[in-house]
Amino acid sequence: MDRTLRRALTIGGLASAANVHVSLVGMVITFQTRDFIADVITLGSVMPLLIAMVAGWLAGRPDKATAGTPSAATVIVGGALAGAVAGAVLAGLAFLIGVVDLQSVLVNASSRLVEALQFGQGATIGTLLLVGGSAAVGAMGAALHVLPSLLARAVTIGLSTTLGFTLMEPFISAVLRNLSLDVVERLIFAGGGLTPLGFVLVFLVSAGIAYAWGRRGHVARERVAAMPEDRQRTMKLIAFALIGVLLLALPQIVGQRLSEVLTTVGIYVLLGLGLNIVVGFAGLLDLGYVAFYAVGAYVTAILTSPVSPLFNPQLSFWAALPFVIVAAAFIGLMVGTPVLRLRGDYLAIVTLGFGEIARIIFLSEWAKPIAGGAQGILSVPPPLPFSRDPQIIYYPILFFCVLAALGAVSLASSRVGRAWNAMREDESVAEATGVSTVKYKLLAFGLGAAFGCLSGALFAAKIGTIFPNSFDILVSINALSLIILGGMGNIFGVVLGAFVLVGLPELLREFSEFRLLLYGAVLVAMMILRPEGLLPSRSRRAELHERADDDEEIYDADAGVDTGRPVVTT
Amino acid sequence: MRFRRTRLNLVTLFLWLLGGSIIAVSIVGSILTIATGRYSIDAWESFLVAGIALGSVYALIAMGYTLVYGILFMINFAHGEVFMWGTFTAYFAATGLSDAGMMDANPVLAMILVLATAMLVSMVIAVLLERIAYRPLRGAPRLVPLITAIGASLFLQYTARGFYGSGVRAYPESNLFAGSFALGPLAMTVKQAIVIGAAIAMMVALYLFIERTRTGRAMRAVAEDKDVAAMMGIDVNRIIVITFAIGGLLAGAAGILYVQIFNQVHFFMGFLPGIKAFTAAVLGGIGNVIGAAVGGFILGILEQVGPNLILTGFNIPAPNQLKDVIAFTVLVLVLIFRPNGIFGRKEDS
Repeated sequence: MDRTLRRALTIGGLASAANVHVSLVGMVITFQTRDFIADVITLGSVMPLLIAMVAGWLAGRPDKATAGTPSAATVIVGGALAGAVAGAVLAGLAFLIGVVDLQSVLVNASSRLVEALQFGQGATIGTLLLVGGSAAVGAMGAALHVLPSLLARAVTIGLSTTLGFTLMEPFISAVLRNLSLDVVERLIFAGGGLTPLGFVLVFLVSAGIAYAWGRRGHVARERVAAMPEDRQRTMKLIAFALIGVLLLALPQIVGQRLSEVLTTVGIYVLLGLGLNIVVGFAGLLDLGYVAFYAVGAYVTAILTSPVSPLFNPQLSFWAALPFVIVAAAFIGLMVGTPVLRLRGDYLAIVTLGFGEIARIIFLSEWAKPIAGGAQGILSVPPPLPFSRDPQIIYYPILFFCVLAALGAVSLASSRVGRAWNAMREDESVAEATGVSTVKYKLLAFGLGAAFGCLSGALFAAKIGTIFPNSFDILVSINALSLIILGGMGNIFGVVLGAFVLVGLPELLREFSEFRLLLYGAVLVAMMILRPEGLLPSRSRRAELHERADDDEEIYDADAGVDTGRPVVTT
Repeated sequence: MRFRRTRLNLVTLFLWLLGGSIIAVSIVGSILTIATGRYSIDAWESFLVAGIALGSVYALIAMGYTLVYGILFMINFAHGEVFMWGTFTAYFAATGLSDAGMMDANPVLAMILVLATAMLVSMVIAVLLERIAYRPLRGAPRLVPLITAIGASLFLQYTARGFYGSGVRAYPESNLFAGSFALGPLAMTVKQAIVIGAAIAMMVALYLFIERTRTGRAMRAVAEDKDVAAMMGIDVNRIIVITFAIGGLLAGAAGILYVQIFNQVHFFMGFLPGIKAFTAAVLGGIGNVIGAAVGGFILGILEQVGPNLILTGFNIPAPNQLKDVIAFTVLVLVLIFRPNGIFGRKEDS
């Protein structure tokens, strides 16, 4: 009991830190404007409860160190305790804000925050609600361990779906209206949050589906596995054809605004595929990937825009493409050659330097006669015959994404891909077995640059106006985060990463302010919990886990060997 | 007579050509600039002093990089954010003291309080960073902690933005540092003198700490070989925490010196000084304390003198816009031709 208690308190403490963080960073206030269930609870107030629930779940996790399973009551009480601690600290914060003026330092410590934390019920009732509510959801979180696992999963999925539905409300209702399903829309949404009935419906339906799939899903999977090989292949082909048709029809289904988001996602998919070649396949951590993107965009803009300064041949987008590719090869070599002999972390910083150099030069007075300085270049034409309408320009972007994905897949399984694999795992061994590391590194940079420049070209054509400030380090970080979240080295991982990290923040305007905060958290959390990403490539996962198993010591005994052991010498 | 066969490698040739042409351009540019006589001797002197002042700040931040690298072989990419957090938090202490009139009534005490705030906050952030983000990853493949560090850097940056707001804030001036004086032939402001003096004093203190104290000796032992150090009864984890703490303390102090020069704080202020300080550390030979100090001064001077000296001669408009290009180019050149930095040991390559 003592151990359980201590664990609950520790987790409660961590959860209260998380609670205080999301409150002071402004997330609670930002989400205060949206309802979770209309007229019942706002999204902002849900946030601390959600954290308390996770805390309860964590506190209730089976403890490896103690033998035997604790009783259900112990688990639930532990969860409730963790939740209560988290809630109490937050209630303390709300009280403190009410007494002392913190706002001159912490901009979000306002009366609106207090109101959100106290559910708009005033100090006494609000505090009781916060602490009691947190304890209750903490207990619920812990209770998930007590329920049969299938049911627990169904409940979790049901709750996440309701949350997803509220967050995505504007878009889900837009899609529903687009498909003339107004009845469903009015049933679920109250024009700002779910209706209470909608909440129950969404929860029951999604939890029901999850439960049914959990019970029956393996039967379907086994049936497919039992099929003869040629039928399996046919089914795969049908699945791919269905995905293809869906991709082609997507802009028409989702409408104007969502198509805009899709085009942005597409551009990042392309960027991610390119960076994936450099980082995921060849293992060269490039933090200046934005340089390629910027060069692609600027070459396109200069060659196609009628108002580009100094030099404006006014080519069409398609006529400019070969030049973009040539520029890509050139810039790939320019960046790639100097860094050939650098070790991983030096390479990262130097490429970061290249990225900054590119931006500073495009921004400078010096390059103004060509690149337009801070004013950028205006009226870049769209890739005719496609117009700039997101529902239309989606198609060329999709085309290039599919092309790039096919290219990347075939590269990965080719001789080149294997050479990259070897190089990533151990450069000296690869060199010794006859892999020309110079050649393959330059090839990786060249191909990465080609993808990046292509993405930049499409960006310029899509957006129509380019400014040097669109090409800062954050583009590189975005691209890096999405391949890490998705799973380095895996094409589907890149697509998933782009949807989650680029698509979701575009959809949730409230999120956009916290996008980079979340990226940071995602990068750290992924590296600690699941370094291979959500959809890892098989070899990558094996690599990361084999290493982890090898090194059971606290620190890496080999570190000195492969770094050349610089020491503090004075 | 036997000829030694050297294979003329295309890559090597390209690199030498690149390096040679950059150096040639710099020399031609400098000669052209001096020939135009646009700047007087006084102007050059003021560029130089400003460069030394900036360089001493870079050097202080670079200590954090170099100490951590010496022990963990990882680039603490978030060190710039450690610097920013201390400075930004101390801003509130400074405005508070300034509003209370203490900045005028007792400027020395006020300054010490502000400095202590910055150093303390930076230290706490650095130690938390190590505990939460880096410790679970010891022994992971090299890219993993680097990516974590990038993530931590973003997280800290945008947490500061959320907590303290996204605006640029003006740091309160202290009239303690007004005025200027001449040190031999060099004219400098009191502020610059204090920045340089304080930075050098702290670096000397660090040097003595590493060389003369028991803990310093333990740090050197851990840097040399963690396993053997552990066998000798040194608590490796404790030494690593101390290293991060020292790096944080110095970064906080550097932040207060930095705002004496630039007078403003915002959540993104850690990024460039962080990268520059890393460049300085590499320039001097990462892992080497004296090297990092020298690297910092070189980089600061290059940044202040370089654009005017090299670029003015080519009639490039607004050369100071390109000062970061010069810093990064130096980084690339150093890594190509002396990957172990100026003071790095040869056999390390």
